[in-house]
Amino acid sequence: MKCEDVSKELIPYLDRRANSALRMEVEDHLATCPACHARAEEFRRVWTTLDEAPLVEPSLGFDARLRERIAAEPGPRWFHWLLPQPRLALSLALLLAMGLWVVKYSPSARQEDAAVVKPQDFDAVKDLGVIENLDVLSKFDALSELAPVASAQPPAQPDNSQPSQPNNGGGGDM
Amino acid sequence: MTSSDVQLMLDVKAGDDASFNVLLRKYRTPLVNFLFRMVRDTATAEDLAQEVFLRVYRARKDYSPSAKFTTWLFRIATNLALNSIRDNRRHALDVPIDAPADEDAPRREIPDREARIDERLMERDRSDMIRRAVGSLPEKQRVAVLLHKYEEMDYAEIAKILNCSESALKSLLFRAYETLRVQLAPLVSQPVAHRAGERRPI
Repeated sequence: MKCEDVSKELIPYLDRRANSALRMEVEDHLATCPACHARAEEFRRVWTTLDEAPLVEPSLGFDARLRERIAAEPGPRWFHWLLPQPRLALSLALLLAMGLWVVKYSPSARQEDAAVVKPQDFDAVKDLGVIENLDVLSKFDALSELAPVASAQPPAQPDNSQPSQPNNGGGGDM
Repeated sequence: MTSSDVQLMLDVKAGDDASFNVLLRKYRTPLVNFLFRMVRDTATAEDLAQEVFLRVYRARKDYSPSAKFTTWLFRIATNLALNSIRDNRRHALDVPIDAPADEDAPRREIPDREARIDERLMERDRSDMIRRAVGSLPEKQRVAVLLHKYEEMDYAEIAKILNCSESALKSLLFRAYETLRVQLAPLVSQPVAHRAGERRPI
């Protein structure tokens, strides 16, 4: 242990609050360092000298004066419970603000808002059957049988040489 | 069996004024002495001690035993003393130059009829010199020495009151005792016969 280290541990050593390991280290140093040893002795004498400082006693009226002051303190009033408690008021205000924020900006609230703003979305409910069967309907091929007749037969050219026959709706030979 | 300070304070919180009186009787003298050594004026020290107890009483409803009672008590006292010292420093220029010094304030000591006058004068001189030496320490060092030497608080408690680390406190105490060693050198070199009531040897 060096002199600088001892200077920090000297007071705990002298007032016997240092642990035994630290005490031994300080003692080892004091045994080999006359300057620190002399300082430690002077500190001991300073400590003893400080005991000479006189004690003062509180005046005889100390307690009575304090009791008077305590008696003059405003006590709890009947309307005390009505007075706002700052911490409670702050908590309630924060709670209210959070509640409003949740109601206004939460996702569910926004969905509800959207539902209100777009009533036409309810029309989709009416077409629910169509939507559910959209796949089937889109692949529905019932008209495809008529399609070749309509699409493969070019429009009939008027032939003046032959008498026109009424189209009976039947398909031609294919 | 005596209740602990914390239990007494919890009783005060519950409305037991008798417990407050127990705390008052226990700590009024240590507090007045601590404050007297801080502000070096008996009347101011008493006023401040009253204020400390008043604040304890006012805070009774919100009291929670998170630390030792003495830590709380002396922290209040330290803050009040430091504020008072700073206020006085601000008004120092208003004090007439011929105003009596604090050191001349009457002290309530039990007179020793057997002691010879010259011995008593010498003793008083020594006491004044000690008081001046302690009083001239920087405020934080003064608090540390008073709580360490006279209140015999442990390092952790003093560090809490001064809001510093224990390591910083040890350095603070070393510097304070080093200053006192120099200032009290004339007394230290010629010790008088010791009075009763000596505290823990160092």
